[in-house]
Amino acid sequence: MFATLARNSDQIFILLRDWLLAFLPMMLRPYVSVLLSVVVIVCFFPALFALTVIFERKGLGRIQNRLGPNRVGPYGLLQPIADGIKSLTKEDIVPTTANGFVHFLAPVVLVVAVFMGFAVLPMGRNMVLVDMDCGLLFYFAMGASTELAVFMAGWSSRNKYSLLGAMRAVAQMISYEVILLLSGLAVVMITGSLSLPKIVEAQNHYSYGLPHWYIFTPWGLAGFVMYAIAATAETNRSPFDLPEGESELVAGYHTEYSGFKFALFFLGEYLAMFSISGLGATLFLGGWSAPFSFLTWVPSWIWFFSKLMLSIFVFIWMRGTLPRLRQDQLMNFAWKFVLPFTLFNLMVTALWRFMGDGWLRWAVCSALVAAAYVLMARVSMRRERFAPRSYRYAE
Amino acid sequence: MSFVFWIIAAITLGGALTAVVLKNTVHCALALTAAFLGLALLFLGLDAQFAGFAEILVYVGAVAILVVFAILLTRGSETPKGSVYSRYSVVGLIAAAAVFAVLGWAVLQSAHSFPNEQAVPSATAQQIGIALVGRYVLPLEILALLLTIATIGAVIVALHEKEETNG
Repeated sequence: MFATLARNSDQIFILLRDWLLAFLPMMLRPYVSVLLSVVVIVCFFPALFALTVIFERKGLGRIQNRLGPNRVGPYGLLQPIADGIKSLTKEDIVPTTANGFVHFLAPVVLVVAVFMGFAVLPMGRNMVLVDMDCGLLFYFAMGASTELAVFMAGWSSRNKYSLLGAMRAVAQMISYEVILLLSGLAVVMITGSLSLPKIVEAQNHYSYGLPHWYIFTPWGLAGFVMYAIAATAETNRSPFDLPEGESELVAGYHTEYSGFKFALFFLGEYLAMFSISGLGATLFLGGWSAPFSFLTWVPSWIWFFSKLMLSIFVFIWMRGTLPRLRQDQLMNFAWKFVLPFTLFNLMVTALWRFMGDGWLRWAVCSALVAAAYVLMARVSMRRERFAPRSYRYAE
Repeated sequence: MSFVFWIIAAITLGGALTAVVLKNTVHCALALTAAFLGLALLFLGLDAQFAGFAEILVYVGAVAILVVFAILLTRGSETPKGSVYSRYSVVGLIAAAAVFAVLGWAVLQSAHSFPNEQAVPSATAQQIGIALVGRYVLPLEILALLLTIATIGAVIVALHEKEETNG
């Protein structure tokens, strides 16, 4: 009785879809099935976006010792609806010198590319839109396409702040995408598959009631930290939010956007956050699997979205806590520390893969990762000379 | 030759053609990206997932960005006033047609040259990976070495410029 209930609640969305499909003729079913899943994804994540915005504004208010939005609805909870109506009814201003077509196309390309990433994320047991053989590669390909949209937005606005913001954003996203790919590669090396559902399956085992998530291995922990850094930079979130640093660049690449086009950029940023958190949870935190073996009766999709919201909370927390980096610090950090460390982590992963089971590989791999971290930090700190600030391009 | 194929072919050819015809260099680069995307979709239409996604990742994600950066950094983004066609455009057209003819002929003949090949060979990403680090490991290593040399060369070029400005 209880087991059936648990199984049904786990598969509730699949059952609901099949129940709806039963009303349709056989011929239409495959098409409507895909369409239904797409509609659910396209409706659900913007709704989550609205919730997250109010959560973020309230949370930041709490961190900064103020109230946050509290005028619209009870506790200000209806604020996202008011914001949505406002952005829909605002005038859409396009600068006269702007490149009209590209200016229009940029937010559309951005949001479409970000939405595509959700197609391969397993959000629960059997809950993946397309189970692709190359799912991870597809995700990264779509992530790479957003850079061009950012460039299009910045360039077509014909505004120095927009162009500078776009250049910063693209340089930053390209640098950190390398790290994102390489830290994901470690998981692929262990799993032997690019398919995300298979990666989750590989982590869905328990010993002594504890899960076999990749974050609980030396290479996985190092990889996850590097992934989290790269993901923060990739989504242009604080402390890596230089592309839209308001003290320097007004609003970066979307300075010249207003009304609903601006709302699309805003939506794109948060959707990218959701999808990159979802991918991080899938790669390192066991995706939809439960954290303890006695909790496996809780529906798998609850675990996936709990992990997702937890990482969103960390994003907000970091935004409220850390100051913004400088451009040269950002680039030096990526190329001189994070990238070499990620490459080293790949070698540790290979070692882990071929050392076989036993405590020896735990000891050796942990020691290697820790030693590399300490040594690299020491070496890079020794080269650091604390001198008056020098300006290379602004004399 | 399905309906989808013709749409993708139209995107690819249209993108490539616009990249040649347009005056603004950044527009040309963006049109070229559309052609890259069409090419990737053609790969996907042939069930070659790995090649298709790698095409998007490398060409749309990196090469297109490299092209627009190069255009912007060399100040070539202003739209030229006069005609963009050189006086030798007819010669270029003939050369392009000749290359196209040779390639088309080779593709049409390939069915006779390899009678034992399947029409649609299926290869998973795993098979491609095993082949890359197994049978084709030497070409892979040589390419990796070449790319490393190119990266070091780029860094040295950048360093040289810095020394000049300082001294």
